[in-house]
Amino acid sequence: MSQLILWKEDLQQLFHRLQAAYRVIGPLAADGVVGLAELENLSSLPIGHRDRQGPGVYRLENVGDADIFSFVVGPDSVKRFLHPPVQHPYTFRKSRKRLHIASPRAAPQEKPLAFFALRPCDVAALKLLDKVFLESPLKDRRYQAVRDGVFLLAVNCLHPAETCFCHAMQTGPEVRDGFDLSLTELDAGFLVEIGSEKGKEILNGVPTAEATARDAAEKAAKLEASRSRMKRSVPLRALPQVLYNHLEHPRWAETAARCLGCGNCTQVCPTCFCTTAHDHVSLACLAQKEAQWCGSRVRLWDSCFSLNFARVHGGNFRTSRKARYRHWMLHKLAYWIDQFGTPGCVGCGRCITWCPVGIDVTEELEAIAASRNVP
Amino acid sequence: MRKARLGVFKFTSCDGCQLSLLNLEEELLAVVDLFDVAYFREATDKPLRGTFDLALVEGSVSTERQKEEILNIRDRARYLIAMGACATSGGLQALRNWASLSAYKARVYPSPENVHALSTSTPVSDHVYVDYELWGCPVTRNALSEVLVSFILEKKPALRGYSVCMECKRHGIPCLLVSQGAPCLGPVTRAGCEALCPALGKPCYGCFGPKDDANVESLLSRFRLMGLRSEECRALLDKMNTYAYRKVQGENRS
Ligand code: SF4
Ligand code: SF4
Ligand code: SF4
Repeated sequence: MSQLILWKEDLQQLFHRLQAAYRVIGPLAADGVVGLAELENLSSLPIGHRDRQGPGVYRLENVGDADIFSFVVGPDSVKRFLHPPVQHPYTFRKSRKRLHIASPRAAPQEKPLAFFALRPCDVAALKLLDKVFLESPLKDRRYQAVRDGVFLLAVNCLHPAETCFCHAMQTGPEVRDGFDLSLTELDAGFLVEIGSEKGKEILNGVPTAEATARDAAEKAAKLEASRSRMKRSVPLRALPQVLYNHLEHPRWAETAARCLGCGNCTQVCPTCFCTTAHDHVSLACLAQKEAQWCGSRVRLWDSCFSLNFARVHGGNFRTSRKARYRHWMLHKLAYWIDQFGTPGCVGCGRCITWCPVGIDVTEELEAIAASRNVP
Repeated sequence: MRKARLGVFKFTSCDGCQLSLLNLEEELLAVVDLFDVAYFREATDKPLRGTFDLALVEGSVSTERQKEEILNIRDRARYLIAMGACATSGGLQALRNWASLSAYKARVYPSPENVHALSTSTPVSDHVYVDYELWGCPVTRNALSEVLVSFILEKKPALRGYSVCMECKRHGIPCLLVSQGAPCLGPVTRAGCEALCPALGKPCYGCFGPKDDANVESLLSRFRLMGLRSEECRALLDKMNTYAYRKVQGENRS
């Protein structure tokens, strides 16, 4: 695969090429946090900003960094766009004689989405979401409608946050596949790798130069430095068994005493996909003479940390926070492996940063895996 | 078909939740279409008579007479719904549960001997069986509408028991606790307001009371680590849902 150099001032041209064909979604700082939103122009990127992240702490600081991409991931991920938090899959209307159910097709997008500066962990997360929504027996066609035609411009991570552990999960800091174009920010320009025909095509007319061996060496050195900055480790090879072996470990109860059951970890997780659904009927609709009732199905992001999440007819099979925390970690790091052959965690660190009490999934796993003799 | 008889009752409260009902606006006409509004002092002067299919109760129990009244209403009602922070948690007036009533009375009233109040203000559920609780100060139109619709359709209302944080995240509101160190009650507070305060850059005040299985103690430990003093932590809880939060906090400790 040939590697190219894109000079920093020409990033603008690449951006314009993307903008002509796509609705470009990228990092945008608002209210002190890097979010994801439609990018109007390149200058709205939080250039020169660093995100200081730790368990339960996030601060965005303008440090005047020379690098364009010196921040990493905020609370939002592509999940918000492909699997929106509030959906109305269908409407219904019942009259005395019959029941009409209408499942409107997702409004056709004017332009497909391009994710700009997507991080390797999030590229990996998108692959996992694809498994759930597209490679399962029941495809989610709403997801598919947005997913089709998406362009992924990935940026390799040279300034990981303290909470990042993609290296441990083998999803980063260098993106391996699943992208259209990837950039690595070198001192003078970007090292560009082409991941698809679409990626190659978008570069048409954008001035680039052949990368040299020195550029490749600079990239490798920078990525190596990035890896060495990530301190968290995960006993990947011991999974899932090490968790199954310790279902009654005392640590679960200790963590449950800290856990708020607030669900933030699952909401910011780029791979947590659970929803709840209910039917919304309005009073006005009930009072209508011609219909007996009408309304819409509402599908909302939910969380296995919600007490009601595991309530079924006749009872609730996870009434304690201990059971809910344990279920969450087991789903991410054990059941996923059984079901999909890969963990459901990509190491983005969001659940660590955005947990109000700073519970750290890697620390919890380590505590449980370390004491192999405890039940 | 006979319309269901609806009664709206008031105990110790500010009337705000009854006003939320009147504020249903275009849906209010539907309420009148669908229900026989048989008792609602805020809106009609019909006397209290007969039984009710659905009783909406606003306010806390804070006098001797109210203890009798709530039993009377329960006897008359097929379904009883507590609406608002006063009815679900005792309200702001439950602050006296942690203080001396006589001292309060003496400070506030010129003739304290004329005030016949109980030394505590308590939620309806401390006195009678409550079918559903609508939390919030005041209750939201959505929750009211959902419970009325559910009654007619004979289904369980879809009421939220999870945290305000869930609504913050759905709306894409950056977390004030994590990104600014603000002492936000959202993680232990029931959703329902659509994260109104965080959306305006203010931490959650806890209008909707403790969420299902709230861990108040752990959140306060976090606040103390962030530098809040114990009195400041307590002040965060001591608002319209003081009684409910402190009860949960006690359970967390034991
Ligand atoms: S579990 Fe945590 S670190 Fe793993 S993908 Fe989800 S948010 Fe990221
Ligand atoms: S682990 Fe943290 S973010 Fe997740 S539910 Fe518990 S307290 Fe909330
Ligand atoms: S701002 Fe408050 S309610 Fe919103 S996510 Fe943060 S802690 Fe939860």
